[in-house]
Amino acid sequence: MAEVATAPEAGQLATADSPQIAGKSPWGLAWRRLRRDRAAIAALIVFVLIVVTSFAAPLYANHIAHTDPFQSNVDGTITQNGKKVSVLQTNALGIGVTPIGPTWHSQYFLGADSQGRDVMARLLYGGRASLLIGIGSALIACLLAAIVGLVAGFFGGLIDSILSRLMDVIWAFPVYLLAICISTVLLVKGLQVGPVGVNPNSLWLPTIIIGVVYVPYVARPIRGQVLSVREKEYVEAAIAQGASNLRLIFSDVLPNVVTVVIVLLPLMIANTILTEAALSFLSIGVRPPNASWGTIIGDGQELLYVRPWVSIAPGIMILLTVLSLNVLGDGVRDALDPRAKLRVEGDGS
Amino acid sequence: MLAFIVRRTLWMLMVMFAISLLVFLIFFHTPGIDPARQMAGRNPTPQTIAAIKQEFGLNKPLPEQYVLMMNHLFISRDLVSYTNRGLKVLPQIEAAAPVTFSLVLGAAVLWIFGSIIIGVSAAVLRGTIWDPLLMVVALIGISAPVFWVGEVANMLTQSKFHSSPLFSWVPPLGYTSFSSDPAMWAKHLIIPWITLAILYIGFYGRVLRSSLIESQSEDYIRTARAKGLSERRVLFRHSLRTSMITFISLFGLDFGALVGGGALLTEVVFGLPGVGYLTYNSLSNLDLPVIMGTVVYGAFFIVLANALVDVGYAFLDPRIRPT
Repeated sequence: MAEVATAPEAGQLATADSPQIAGKSPWGLAWRRLRRDRAAIAALIVFVLIVVTSFAAPLYANHIAHTDPFQSNVDGTITQNGKKVSVLQTNALGIGVTPIGPTWHSQYFLGADSQGRDVMARLLYGGRASLLIGIGSALIACLLAAIVGLVAGFFGGLIDSILSRLMDVIWAFPVYLLAICISTVLLVKGLQVGPVGVNPNSLWLPTIIIGVVYVPYVARPIRGQVLSVREKEYVEAAIAQGASNLRLIFSDVLPNVVTVVIVLLPLMIANTILTEAALSFLSIGVRPPNASWGTIIGDGQELLYVRPWVSIAPGIMILLTVLSLNVLGDGVRDALDPRAKLRVEGDGS
Repeated sequence: MLAFIVRRTLWMLMVMFAISLLVFLIFFHTPGIDPARQMAGRNPTPQTIAAIKQEFGLNKPLPEQYVLMMNHLFISRDLVSYTNRGLKVLPQIEAAAPVTFSLVLGAAVLWIFGSIIIGVSAAVLRGTIWDPLLMVVALIGISAPVFWVGEVANMLTQSKFHSSPLFSWVPPLGYTSFSSDPAMWAKHLIIPWITLAILYIGFYGRVLRSSLIESQSEDYIRTARAKGLSERRVLFRHSLRTSMITFISLFGLDFGALVGGGALLTEVVFGLPGVGYLTYNSLSNLDLPVIMGTVVYGAFFIVLANALVDVGYAFLDPRIRPT
């Protein structure tokens, strides 16, 4: 999606604000604007709530549901209205089994999946994996992109040409196809680069793959910003004072580029979470015994007509998470670059 | 213009070369993997592995290996699947392509009309409650995973409400080709079209709204108003026409990306035997030759589509030609 490509020219802040707020740092001003944006704050609260509940998954599994969400429980029974009910019931036709539906009680709140596992507990554990991968890969993408963008934009010349062309090629390669390619090759044995080995079952593998494929989407706007900052008078002044390249990069260029990354980060996490869900749904993302929202939707596919909650619940969680990140991303962009909002909303004429 | 076309074509060929090189390196030279063992699928015999080593020249120098791969893909076109012994990959892709194309074409018609309606309404209704409401709906469309929307649609139309008159016309999951029964073709595809279009209606609706609003402060709009044109004429003849330039170039890119592989998830959920579904089936068998074929052909199609969009764009808008 091109959503991430519409990076605003952030970093040029607070030029026309009223005198009463003079003396505040640009970050202070941005935070102040963000705080006034009720939709963005609501979205932030929703996102934090989802993160907190997902990371409390072990607490829920141990103290409320009393279950191991990764252990199949084919012969299990629970007590419902004083009667013993088995978790997997032979269905009316006598072929196959139907897992128990939502009980809306502490055990099997959302019912069981086809292996008798507690869907609610898996949903929380799955959320933890999805969020870890989503946030982790977005951070990897931003970090690598910052390095590429800074080096390309700052040094220019041949280095810039090589890096930019490389980014163009990866950009032209559709994200899903590239991710599918890399995932299928690494599926069996994992990644082995020198002494570093990544187990194919570890969450690191999808995190790294998704992080790498999104690098060009962040590197391009960063490079653009570096190019424009590089021409500014304060950089020229620093050069005139004899500042070294390292000093120029870290104290003059980087601080004025960070806003680009911060504006893109929520949108990147939204994208990486969706990508992770898609790859896991295709069974080339998170591998068993781990679960993520995507794998749970995939598991629920065969139960769709009898126990739809197995698939519907994780989808709602993805929807809420990505929606809150998109709203937050819009808010952060408006807060850090009010002129972008001004441009879109018109200047009041 | 001719110089632009030549330059754009050269760049396109460069990108295609780079992508094929990237695919080659990923499939044959990822550190720590044995490419012949990987290509062979699950539980191969030693003979199969030896045959693959021979076929792709895996003990020859790298450039030769690359040439062999490209030869199998494009010139002799005899890439075979080792999991389904002897099944040729390229005829399968050719057979699946019309299905993908039918899916994307119908969805594209829906999303063009849907997003123009949403974008224009939101821009016209700015200042009322309807604008933020429409934008929230659009954002929900963007935020929902498409395969999940498809599953929910399946559940509603195939199971929950299938007996109601509303959805009783929906046939079981599957596909009928247009040439054999056009009515059945459409019936099979309507729900997938809507599912796939939802995401793009949301995205394009938002883009269109902001570019319409942005154009309100342009000089030519003020001029149009000063001439005494009606608001409706200003909106449709001036604002919307300019906004459509971005819209159309985005559309070309997304259309190419969907045909080239982006419609994979929708095809999987609805059991449509398109190129994406072919890729998906090969994923579960680890049938790497098929994946290599669909990925390379898909990526090449996308690169070609992007080049066509750029040339078309330069044709319509002479300002961008020099770059």
